[in-house]
Amino acid sequence: MQNVQKKPAKMVSYAKYGYIFIAPFFLAYAFFMLYPLINTFLLSFQGNGEATGGQWVGIQNYQWLLFGSEGEFSPGAAIHESFMNDLFNTIILWVGNFVIQLVLSLLLAVWFSDVRVKIKGTGFFKVVMYLPNIITAASVAGIFLMLFGNSKYGAINSMLMNWGILNEPFKFIDDVWVSRILVMFIQSWMWFGNTTLLLMSGIFGIDPAIFEAASIDGSSGMHTFFRITMPILKPIFIYVVITSLIGGLQMFDIPYLLHEGSTLKPQLETAAVFIYKHFQMYYPQNFGYSATASIILFVITAILGIIIYRFNTDSTAPKKVKAAKSSK
Amino acid sequence: MANENARSMREREYERKIKAQAIIRFIVCVIITIICLFPLFIIFINATRSSNDIILQGVSFLPGDYLLNNIGTLSDPEAAFGSYVMTYNVWYGYMNSLIIAVSSTVLSVFFSGLTAYGLTVYDFKMKKIATTFILAVMMVPTQVVSTGFLEFMIRIKLYDNYIPLILPAIAAPSVVFFILQYMKASFPVEIVEAARIDGCGEFMTFIRIAIPMLKPAFAVQAIFAFVASWNNYYNPSMLLLSNKLEQRTMPMMVASILGNDKCVDYGVRYVAVALSILPIIVIYLCLSKFIVKGVALGAVKG
Repeated sequence: MQNVQKKPAKMVSYAKYGYIFIAPFFLAYAFFMLYPLINTFLLSFQGNGEATGGQWVGIQNYQWLLFGSEGEFSPGAAIHESFMNDLFNTIILWVGNFVIQLVLSLLLAVWFSDVRVKIKGTGFFKVVMYLPNIITAASVAGIFLMLFGNSKYGAINSMLMNWGILNEPFKFIDDVWVSRILVMFIQSWMWFGNTTLLLMSGIFGIDPAIFEAASIDGSSGMHTFFRITMPILKPIFIYVVITSLIGGLQMFDIPYLLHEGSTLKPQLETAAVFIYKHFQMYYPQNFGYSATASIILFVITAILGIIIYRFNTDSTAPKKVKAAKSSK
Repeated sequence: MANENARSMREREYERKIKAQAIIRFIVCVIITIICLFPLFIIFINATRSSNDIILQGVSFLPGDYLLNNIGTLSDPEAAFGSYVMTYNVWYGYMNSLIIAVSSTVLSVFFSGLTAYGLTVYDFKMKKIATTFILAVMMVPTQVVSTGFLEFMIRIKLYDNYIPLILPAIAAPSVVFFILQYMKASFPVEIVEAARIDGCGEFMTFIRIAIPMLKPAFAVQAIFAFVASWNNYYNPSMLLLSNKLEQRTMPMMVASILGNDKCVDYGVRYVAVALSILPIIVIYLCLSKFIVKGVALGAVKG
């Protein structure tokens, strides 16, 4: 080793400092992320609860979660139904939230960066619209739970009843679709400001001369949007879609906490709630089900990650936004 | 003459159209602003009203005078047979959340800076692989590894402990990525050589020269790391298995008072939620311009 270092006599090698400086990151990553990931993978082949916890069960968990098992009342069928229900909820809640969020964010991003029609107080609006994103999600769930409470004491119910619109309190939280729409609304409420700012950073990357040229050529607002803004915005737009989907697959706080009393609402149970539930509410824990659901989610996320990577590499438009938002 | 008249007419027409559009857009923005602020407004107003008042009068736009009573009930060991003091303690909540958020923020920013510095300043064989690895894992969602993480922490007896909530902050790929980008744009590597000639050690160069130069990047990332940690409900509630009152973070306090059927006083519940978001709102009011800019820079953390 010393011999090797002597060869370039004049130069001092600093390479070892490089390794020393990046070592803490990789040690911590290996310990807190990489090994847990491998561990999750191993756990997905192990059993659940008291009966089979800690034993190797092969691909039984995957079989049960994805395809169920023979017999209407078998444990496999029940867990299959519950997982599929939760996966379905996740997709419904994400799609609903994302459509509202995206339409609003695109509109606002185009408005805020429009050079012809200037809106007064844009800075103030941006600050206010980002505010919901920074508030603790658990508290947001609490806020909306109290606003849309089932009883007549919920703020919205009492308001509607005072105005004579309702005679009986409406059970916002118990109703399947109303509660789902409420979750979609809350998620959009929390995230549209963030998406607006991301899309704006994409629009500002477009050379203003292009808009000017379009305007001189007599292009209308709509025309400019679909023919110029959208094509150039595409990479960032796709980025927003995919990161939001990755975040959406993990949607947890709001759907988990939006219930009165101690029973979860089945129509709001997402895949992340499924994972959490099986290691938190059962003892001994159902690590097998949690781990298997995690791996299935991970595979979906990885496929989407590859798609976004491909979209990002073969485009020449500005790509400013990179970091992932992870708790949508 | 007629031609010019027509043109000025058209110009005026155009200007009027623009103005009308600006007004419509402004009104829409005002409506959205109201939707954004209304829930928060209700929370803070109702925190100052008594439960009776809330139940009988419904929504009010004027604050009441019951704030201190509500806070009193929240910390009254007699109220609801002690249910409130057993589920919610604002000082424990603030302290625990603060301990976790501050230490994980410091670790995350410092070690990410160190990693980015190591990858920028030095040349070594694994450099490219290491950089690619960090970029590749940036997208891996933490929730997906949570099962294996929890089982591992239970096995090595680190549950009911803040260590697994704080130390993972050392490895924050997106923060490293951000600082790497920042260094690429505004950190001249020659400065390190100059420091070497002056006899400054490698680590001291990082502390004395790199950190002050990277302050803007650190500041942006620190804010987002702090907020993300403060707001995190999933990890603490997963790892603090015993759910002891003295250990709960602020989001856990909120979740437990909302899930408690015995804590039914509305005014008190509103105060509990209001107290949990107050620090974040104060921070946001002070740093909003900075934070909004940070989002656009790609500093999204959630």
